[in-house]
Formats: sequence, structure tokens, C-alpha cells
Amino acid sequence: MKMIKQLVIAIGLMLPMICAHAEVDKRARDLAASCAACHGTNGKSAGGFPVLASLDKGYFVAQMKDFKSGARPATVMHQMSKGFTDEEFELMGGFFAAQKR
Amino acid sequence: MSLDRRDFLKLGVAGIAVGAFPGLAFATSEIIPKKGQRVVIVGGGFGGATAAKYIRMWSNNKIDVVLVERNPQFISCPMSNTVLGGSRTINDLTRSYDTLKKKYGVKLVQGEVTAIDTQKQTVMLAKGHLGYDRLIIAPGVDFMFEQIEGLNAEVTEKSIPHAWKAGAQTVLLRKQLEAMPDGGVCAISIPKAPYRCPPGPYERACQVAFYLKNNKPKSKVLILDANPDITSKKGLFTEAWKDLYPGMIEYRANAMVTKVDVAGKAVSTEFEDVKADVLNIIPPMKAGVVASLAGVVNVDNRWCAVDFISYESKVHKKVHVIGDSVSAALPKSGYMATSQAKICAAAIIELMQGQAPDQAPTIANTCYSMVSDSEAMHVAHIYRFNAEKQAMIAAEGGGVSAQRSEVEGMLAGHWLENVLNDVLM
Repeated sequence: MKMIKQLVIAIGLMLPMICAHAEVDKRARDLAASCAACHGTNGKSAGGFPVLASLDKGYFVAQMKDFKSGARPATVMHQMSKGFTDEEFELMGGFFAAQKR
Repeated sequence: MSLDRRDFLKLGVAGIAVGAFPGLAFATSEIIPKKGQRVVIVGGGFGGATAAKYIRMWSNNKIDVVLVERNPQFISCPMSNTVLGGSRTINDLTRSYDTLKKKYGVKLVQGEVTAIDTQKQTVMLAKGHLGYDRLIIAPGVDFMFEQIEGLNAEVTEKSIPHAWKAGAQTVLLRKQLEAMPDGGVCAISIPKAPYRCPPGPYERACQVAFYLKNNKPKSKVLILDANPDITSKKGLFTEAWKDLYPGMIEYRANAMVTKVDVAGKAVSTEFEDVKADVLNIIPPMKAGVVASLAGVVNVDNRWCAVDFISYESKVHKKVHVIGDSVSAALPKSGYMATSQAKICAAAIIELMQGQAPDQAPTIANTCYSMVSDSEAMHVAHIYRFNAEKQAMIAAEGGGVSAQRSEVEGMLAGHWLENVLNDVLM
């Protein structure tokens, strides 16, 4: 009985941490949603455009910066990337990295 | 649709009359009893269907969503000009609403809204009523037929299709092109901006010319544009016309059609009368009639002003407007409607929990135009909320393709599949 009580308290203490972890950054989610018409809901493209879901965050951010600088040529992304800040690349990259393929 | 515009208006007027007598309003039954927090969405196009899916998805299915749509299926207006060119059929652009129901638990009500009571937070249909906590109006555009003498809904359905909503009229226009003699003229008239899909009429000229070039090479396309110049992707379109369809497309600026002679297959502008074998008059547009029923049309008697943080109407609280009906310096496109829908969905979820929505919404738009069966070009922009101007402003860097290409033609096809999945799957 005592053990169960301790367990309940332990879970109770952990709960805020678990919730904080499960909570999606809504700003990141909403920014990433603006990509979905081409790249699919949550980055799950059905073809033609790269799948962004589960992409490594560092890789995503590097590509966006390269599009922005012109280092990586593109049909559309050289234009789109200029509309976002580096901080927003980080947010979107984090969101997509957390999505399952 | 068996209702014509006049019947629809009559119903609307009857609906408003009922709305004025609240005692009568509740003589009808509740279509789906309201339990818990509910959003009713009127219009299941790109904007409305996206809002339905995203509210369910992002609220973890906690908010009840009822989507009211008059058509049994979704038909994509984007890419529907390719039906005229012949590289797609209308079936290729038709999708079911089943996944919205089964996967996301959106409640679908097929029917026509007859009245909206924003005080009692009730939407009326012929078969009953629906209560809401928040309402999203996403009706797309309706047409200002009264601005063109001789034109009305019946004429557009039977003989002079606008085909500016994909469906039966798109198919009718294609059939008229098929029946046209070689050496004939297809006239396309464009209303003054703003209208749905800025590059759409110029893309249509390409698609009609593509069909004619391959089937009736002596024929011509005549563009009568009410605007002083080509309103979108000008350089790219004029180049495509010259390279792909030399001598086939004639463009006349400042040519606003004011009158149509249905029997004589002729139109009048301020300056001239023009005869054509196939007439495609795209009439001036305004916010869908449903927006008037809600009383949220407050800009030029045509469009709806909204707060870009939540897309809540500037007229009525708890009524949101998204898509083509919104008054903004934003293109009226399918992609744009989905972008607005997501910001609206996120804001409604926050507001329903007593939280503040994101104060810096950032949205995107890309629009591909098919100039043949294989080549396309795009225009793309990011738009960011400017608090000082209380407006969405195009961010630095947006623009059009350097040139049309087959790569973009292929991407345009993939875009269609991915956006339809994003809206409906």
C-alpha cells in the first residue's frame, strides 16, 4: 500500500515533465503547416516534393539557409526561404524532425 | 445543382424572414444535437475542408466540427483548366469527403444554408438547424451577373459557361470547344481584379490554345481583359503565348464586357462588339452568398474584412471568414485558402480554451500555371502579419519562375496530389 502511494506521488511529480514533453510548440506547428500544401500534412509528401517528416533538424536548417543564400539552387525554395528567419528555420526543423514518416 | 440563383435568393430571403422571427426559427429540428464545444463550417472547398480537418487534428478531436457543403463531392478548381486542354478529366479532380468523416470525425451535412442567426448562433438549412459556438464562413466566390446585361446563372449553366467553379460548366466549355469549327474564335473575358485565381484566365487561354493547336489549328483565342494589363505572371505568359501558340492568342486590355447577346453569340465592351463561336465570360465576383446571410460583407458591398490573427469577422464576433471571400491584399487561391484555414483553426482552438492566439501569423502561397500539357511556372510568396498596418504583407524574396519548364509542370501535378491530401486525407 505504501509502495503504491509512493508510486502515485512519483508519477504525479513526473506528470508535468511528461506533459511538457508532449506539448508541441504551436508556433513551430503553425509555421510547418504553411509547407503542407506542397510537402504534405506534417511533412508527409506523397511524391515530387521532399518528405520533411523525420528529417534531421540540422540538415533541414542547413538546407533552408543554403536556399536563402543561393548556395543550393531551387525552383521555389530560394524564394520561400527568404520569407523566414533563422529562428523560424530552427522551429520548423524541430517540428519536422519529431514527425514520424 | 437543381436550384438556380433566383430560387436560392428566394430561399435566402425566406430564411432571413424566418431569422427575424426567432419563435419560428426553432420550429425546425436540430440536425445534429449540439453537445460540448462546436464549430460549424459553411463551405467544404479548399478553405472550409482544411479548417475542418485541422480543428479536429489540432484539438485532439475535442472540438465538435460540422461541415455544411451543398455538393456531394469535392472538385478542385486549381488545375481544372487542364480539363479544357485535355490532359485531365473532371474525374481526376474529384475527391470524396469520406476520409474527413472516418479518419477525423468531421460531421458532414449536405445542404444549402438558408439563413444564419449570429445572435442565437444558429445556422438554418431546409432540413433543420445547427447551433454553434464559433462559425466559419468559407463559401468561395459568387458572381455579380447584374454587371453584365443579358447574363444570369441560367445562361452560364446552359450556353455561356464561366467555368470559374470547377464542375459541370468546365465540362460544358470543353464540349463547346470540341464542337467548334476549325477557324473559329473562343473569346475569354476577364473581370477587373480582385477575382478568384489571378493567373487563372491567362492559364486558361494557354489550355484552350493547346487544345485548338492540336485539333483546330486555324482557330483563335481572344482575351478581353477588363484590367489595364495582364494581372499575373505577365512576362511568362506573353512568352508562352508567343513561343507555344504563335498567332493564336490575341490580347486586348481595358476591354470590360458589359453586355452579352446570348442568341447572337456576341459580347459588347465599351468600345466594340465582338462575335465568337465559343464565349467564356468570367463575371465579376464577390464573397459567396452565405457571407451575406451572416451579415459579414462590409467592404465595397463585396468582401469581408477580418482580423488576420483569427480570421474573425470585423462585423460579428464568433463568426470567422476564410478564403476567397476575405478582403485582403492576398491572392484568392486554393493554397491561400488552406493557409488561412490553418491560422483560423489554430486561433479558434486557443480562443475556445480562453487562450490568446499566435500574434504573428505567417503563411505561404504557391500557385502553378500549366501553359501546355507539360510545362508550368509559378508565383510564390510568404506573407507575414504586420501589427502596425493590421494586414498581411508579402515578405521579401517572393516572386515568379525564371522561366516556364517541364520540371515545374511535373511539380504542379505533385502539388495537386499533395494539397488535396492536405485538405481531405
